[in-house]
Amino acid sequence: MPELITAELRSQVGLSPEPRTELVTRRDIRKYSVATGQRLSKYLDGDEAPPLFHLALFWDVVEQSQLSPDGVALDNWLPEFPLERAMAGSLKLEYHQPILPGQTLTARRTLCDMFEKQGSSGPLFFYEVSTEVVDASDSIVLIEHATRILR
Amino acid sequence: MARIDEVSVGDRLPESRHETDTVGQFLYNAVLWNAHRIHFDYPYATETEKYPGLVVAGPLMGDWLSQCVLEWLADDGRLLRFEYSNRRAAFVGDILLSRGEVQDVDRAARTVTLALEIVNESGDQLTPGSAVVQFQD
Repeated sequence: MPELITAELRSQVGLSPEPRTELVTRRDIRKYSVATGQRLSKYLDGDEAPPLFHLALFWDVVEQSQLSPDGVALDNWLPEFPLERAMAGSLKLEYHQPILPGQTLTARRTLCDMFEKQGSSGPLFFYEVSTEVVDASDSIVLIEHATRILR
Repeated sequence: MARIDEVSVGDRLPESRHETDTVGQFLYNAVLWNAHRIHFDYPYATETEKYPGLVVAGPLMGDWLSQCVLEWLADDGRLLRFEYSNRRAAFVGDILLSRGEVQDVDRAARTVTLALEIVNESGDQLTPGSAVVQFQD
């Protein structure tokens, strides 16, 4: 089987986009909490954000013309990958402090690995992105490690 | 007695039942700002992508696993680590269960490791996960 990952693609490991900074509002925490069916009042009242709130906070907001035909906002800071169809993925998170309304948080992303495997119905391409979320004084809030699989 | 002293390997976390529907999917994808059509465009999901129905958003199932942990933990400690993997898809209309079990208790560090999973009504494991929590003194 020809290898999917060329030396040129491999050289992109370590790539980081510009950091993104967002303001946490009570209203956004409340909307997230209602949408996910939270039952604890601290989340429903927006006093603290649930553990996966940062996914919504840092989801890319792009113009409609920047969406793919299936409606996905492409990670345009990432290199072009040899396979395109997104399959499952996984997330690993390490929490350092809670997210509270009024905070200004910054996310720093890095493409930290890529590898390929042979699946039952063809090749699979894996890539890993780490995200470090810090507060206004640069203290770590959480560290996320995402693995995404393309086929 | 501290809460961690009452925790033992094999203890089960309370199960939660999730009746997936289109309103829930709309709200979740709206709050993410996610326009992926497999979650709301039925003809696209079934005819173009050949799914049996609208796909339940993967990270929403991850969120349900975190809720399973935090409702059990209440105000007695904090979440240190959490992970999940979306292995199989769920479709709108599916009834899903989120549940978990104590896998390890470290009384010196006051930490508890939990094994978590989302299963469908057929018993298929869709989203396995795990968490480490730390109890207060």
